[in-house]
Amino acid sequence: MNEDMFRVLLVNLGTGKGRVELIPGRSSALGGSGLAALLFTTYGDPVRPWNDVQQPFILAVGPLTGLFPLMSKTVSAFKSPYHNQYTESHAGGRSALALRFAGYDALVLQGQAATLSCLNISGHQLELKEAGFMAGMNALAAGKVMRRMFKGNSGHRSMLRIGQSGEVGSAMACINVDTYRHFGRLGGGAVLGNKNIKGIVIQGDGNYPLPENKGYPLLFKKVHEMVTDTDMLRKYHNLGTPANLESLNDLQSLPWRNLQQTADAQIEGITGERFADDTLLRNGACSGCPVGCIHIGYVRERFEEKDNRYLYRQVAYDYEPIFAVGSMLGVTKTFDVLRILDILEKVCLDAMSAGVALAWATEATDRGLLSRKETLVPLRFGDATSYMAAAMHLGTGSNEFYRLLGQGTLAAANSYGGSDFACVLGQEMAGYATGEVFFAAQALGFRHSHLDTGGYSYDQKHKEKDVDAAVSFLLQDEPGRCLLTSMVSCLFARSVYSEEMLAECLEVTGYPEMASNLEALGEKIRRHRWQLRFATGFNPDEITLPKRFYKVSTWKGPIDAAYLDTLKSEYGQRIRQLVEKEG
Amino acid sequence: MKILTTPHMDRCIGCHSCSLACARLVNKRFSWEAAGIRIESSGGLSSGFLAKRCLACDPAPCVAACPTDCLRQRPGGGVTVRRKLCIRCGECIDVCPVDAIAVDAAGDIYVCLHCGRCVAFCPHDCLEMGSAEIQNMEGEL
Ligand code: SF4
Ligand code: SF4
Ligand code: SF4
Repeated sequence: MNEDMFRVLLVNLGTGKGRVELIPGRSSALGGSGLAALLFTTYGDPVRPWNDVQQPFILAVGPLTGLFPLMSKTVSAFKSPYHNQYTESHAGGRSALALRFAGYDALVLQGQAATLSCLNISGHQLELKEAGFMAGMNALAAGKVMRRMFKGNSGHRSMLRIGQSGEVGSAMACINVDTYRHFGRLGGGAVLGNKNIKGIVIQGDGNYPLPENKGYPLLFKKVHEMVTDTDMLRKYHNLGTPANLESLNDLQSLPWRNLQQTADAQIEGITGERFADDTLLRNGACSGCPVGCIHIGYVRERFEEKDNRYLYRQVAYDYEPIFAVGSMLGVTKTFDVLRILDILEKVCLDAMSAGVALAWATEATDRGLLSRKETLVPLRFGDATSYMAAAMHLGTGSNEFYRLLGQGTLAAANSYGGSDFACVLGQEMAGYATGEVFFAAQALGFRHSHLDTGGYSYDQKHKEKDVDAAVSFLLQDEPGRCLLTSMVSCLFARSVYSEEMLAECLEVTGYPEMASNLEALGEKIRRHRWQLRFATGFNPDEITLPKRFYKVSTWKGPIDAAYLDTLKSEYGQRIRQLVEKEG
Repeated sequence: MKILTTPHMDRCIGCHSCSLACARLVNKRFSWEAAGIRIESSGGLSSGFLAKRCLACDPAPCVAACPTDCLRQRPGGGVTVRRKLCIRCGECIDVCPVDAIAVDAAGDIYVCLHCGRCVAFCPHDCLEMGSAEIQNMEGEL
């Protein structure tokens, strides 16, 4: 499979038929992000809206998928219901290896199934199965039903599915991958819902030759030892990402109660340690990752009032979801956080977006802009029971208010007021009130993700206000990340997969041409992605930062409004120049 | 001779490092299936994992079923494989009581040789080279 051709499965959901296309360009598009951009250019239309059924939904893996540790992610790409522009969202689970072992570099879904359906693919199967009975089914139940509908290959397949939020077209609807992972941000769930796809089963039943050279297994062993025997990734193995809660709170950088504060002594209730001590049941891993950063806690519920009868459910947790439904909502008990996350898993909403949206709705209630008529339950910071109900309303779109809020916090604020305190940076903020650089970076970032660039870590290391240095850092940091998301590596492994290491990996697996050209390719892919973003309507000047972000104080002191504004306009300009420059 | 045992599957995180190692190092393949040990979820990811692998019978029914001497009894239990002799009849697959022998679309079989090469790749020490008696008494499967 080392020729220049990508092997792509195209499925026309309208007819239920598909075909394998061999698409040239591997040596320049690499895979993952680069391949997704190539496929959107080929099959997508920049102008038609996201919900035009001809718009593609793309899943892409990379040249190193499954061949090295933590090369375990899949890139999904689509025109987003959130902003009607091109975007990517990434997830792991077993999706990446399943697609690779099914024999494909990418899957492209076009058209719309006649009725709600599930798609089942493998190296020798393509089946679109009517599933009208799954309408309104939550994502966890959908997974169980799909296991019964499609037998065999247990453990060697991946199951993607949506919940109610995707079916009702929420721009915060995510796609659940193998129960504990998600294509979270920017509404991929609604794209599948619009295509009448409730679930996708990818069976990784193929068996392929390995690169024939002695260097490959040796290099594998070296990387495996780096990720397991050194401290490089120990953080993710130990407490996992929730270790950051305490450190960010200490740095006055953890958003609390709709970003009215950046630190609070109540952090004690929701630290990574507290989650591990109280709630951690076990860990999990994406296929191909020995680090196993998935932390699975539990919620226990007494269901008989008089007698001691309990049920329990397992709920995965991470830094971002804990910030979003914990500190951001003033919920400071571990089990309360997990209870809210459990509901979000079912309705299949992106936890970050939903938490931040509900935080805004709570403050809007406090200020009298919203009443019970809209929110249906009394929203109060810290009141987990109400947030569980509100999460359900938001996911199912139970009234006009929640349907609008599902299109984004600013969409609701434009109608009800309160846009000044909507914590939106291109999309609902990630959990880093680290300072000006991060705010500008997320607001203008390609995916509006904290992982687009290392803005949050730059803030934590630099007190000086040097616009040029900060913007140059953001610009220089991006192409390397594009390379990783083209391979497709987990970004937690970025310390291991330096450009030199990636080159070595490509060399021993039969891609010497890519290996010799990585820097230029990262730059090229970065540019291609931004071109698509601009072609689908992105305009950095149209993105404004709500006032709340100017009122924040971090370890560096109060936000410097002039610095933030200059950063934002300079960063926007430099991104625009990237796209416009010749070549 | 020691055999591969899986005494701590209750620690398994489903990373597939073991199966990928077996496929890569023993069978020289890139696959989840072409491996002596295969990790299945026991009914969805929320209920844990089990390892499908050879339990090292002695005498081994798969050896008796093999018409060509491709599979031979391994001292200590299990089998040795002479790939060149395999005629892809599939007889061994059906007689194995624990579904330990995998087969690919071409009819090639993959079974654990109890070499132990996968053990070092498991991040949670789920796997050990040990004895069949202890495995059956104390271990998880
Ligand atoms: S492959 Fe099956 S039948 Fe053969 S020795 Fe192993 S467990 Fe027994
Ligand atoms: S002991 Fe050897 S043959 Fe058996 S599963 Fe492990 S690596 Fe494969
Ligand atoms: S390497 Fe260990 S933890 Fe990973 S799947 Fe195999 S037995 Fe489970």
